Amino acid sequence: MIEIKNVNKWYGPSFQALKDCTTSVAKGEVVVVCGPSGSGKSTLIKCVNALEPIQGGEIILDGVKVNDPKTDLPKLRSRVGMVFQHFELFPHLRIVDNLCLAQEKVLGRKHEDALARGLKLLERVGLKDHAKKFPAELSGGQQQRVAIARALAMDPIAMLFDEPTSALDPEMISEVLDVMVDLAREGMTMMVVTHEMGFANKVADRVIFMDRGEIVEDAKKAEFFGQPRSDRAQKFLSKILQH
Amino acid sequence: MGTGTYLDLLLAGLAVTIKTAILAWIIALAFGAVIGVLRTLPSKTASWIGFGYVEFFRNMPLLVQLFLWFFVLPELLPKAAGLWLKQLPNAPFWTAAIGVGLFMSARVAVQLQAGISSLPRGQKQAATALGLTTVQMYRYVLLPMAFRIILPPLTSEFLNTIKNTSVAITIGLIELTGQARSMQEFSFQVFEAFTAATVLYLLLNFVVVTAMRFLERYVAIPGYISGK
Repeated sequence: MIEIKNVNKWYGPSFQALKDCTTSVAKGEVVVVCGPSGSGKSTLIKCVNALEPIQGGEIILDGVKVNDPKTDLPKLRSRVGMVFQHFELFPHLRIVDNLCLAQEKVLGRKHEDALARGLKLLERVGLKDHAKKFPAELSGGQQQRVAIARALAMDPIAMLFDEPTSALDPEMISEVLDVMVDLAREGMTMMVVTHEMGFANKVADRVIFMDRGEIVEDAKKAEFFGQPRSDRAQKFLSKILQH
Repeated sequence: MGTGTYLDLLLAGLAVTIKTAILAWIIALAFGAVIGVLRTLPSKTASWIGFGYVEFFRNMPLLVQLFLWFFVLPELLPKAAGLWLKQLPNAPFWTAAIGVGLFMSARVAVQLQAGISSLPRGQKQAATALGLTTVQMYRYVLLPMAFRIILPPLTSEFLNTIKNTSVAITIGLIELTGQARSMQEFSFQVFEAFTAATVLYLLLNFVVVTAMRFLERYVAIPGYISGK
């Protein structure tokens, strides 16, 4: 589904954010990407739908080459859902309109159809009662659930999560993770940048560990949590798991 | 004139001021919006066009700009076009509205650019990730928020537009200041004439300020702290 081959990326002439990264996410697979801050994990996930350009290598999404100038990027992006650290709901639109906007303007759905789909998804994330509210009237956890619903409304073939719980208060993290766990169990293809090792342990098929722009470890979940091969991954795990 | 009172004169001037200001403001908003957006696009060409436009219109005194459009432009054009322009009925009005409008559009552009740049970068990314094109992203996501954010400074720009129309007296537009001048010349009552004009300007701007405040309240987003 997602193939990342020898991807190199620089910010400016001197800083290399991604060094020869190669990995893949198969259909229905859940892959968790972790690593210390500045390791390039967010950059990597943003390259998948070309929010960030790459300077070397290639990324293939459902058979379409992402870094090809001939690719219709808006169309390709509309098929991949993305959830951001800071939710990024559109503050001037009511929750329902946040859910309908791209369905109507990008997919060309009729308003009634978009609305029906949107409300169904709101119900699924437990927020149907808030449909008429504005984003600023919701808590962080609720906003993030709306953001997930907004991405799902496009009927994506895969979902990208960029630290979806990092900006949340502790008591709101689980409500967002619950939605993500359900999604994973239904067979959604997911690439998740997160520090939530509990989530990884529960639903991930594979775990990727990144450090300084490199993929240091790319292993099945059991192997990763059992005995990571690299020292750096071991150190990282011991630091975040000791509490 | 003959039969009208001095008040009629002033009110006629006020009407011209209002008409000129409204047309100029529409031009300022339309051109300012386009140029402001150009200045935020990643394209080098677009930002150069935006840069050139803004620096051209904001670095020349308004008076000089009006003289340029009114006296110099017709001479630069081919003879027939220049003649057509000179014989245009109501030429001072059109020149003033367009001249003030373009002058103000540079200021609107800079403010809109600031408004767009103040939005979180993630908004752009979220819109892009949903598959919106650049045009759709500006139309549905960035501009509605950016205009809300810059509404208070835009009010000041609208007031400036109204006040700047008085410069058009120099190209023969008989607006409020022009009528006060002619009233003073008929009556030799300098103090009264300009006091009356001042009061009318204040009233007009008070109406605008009040209307804009209502607009701000109308477009305010529930729960959203707009840093006021």
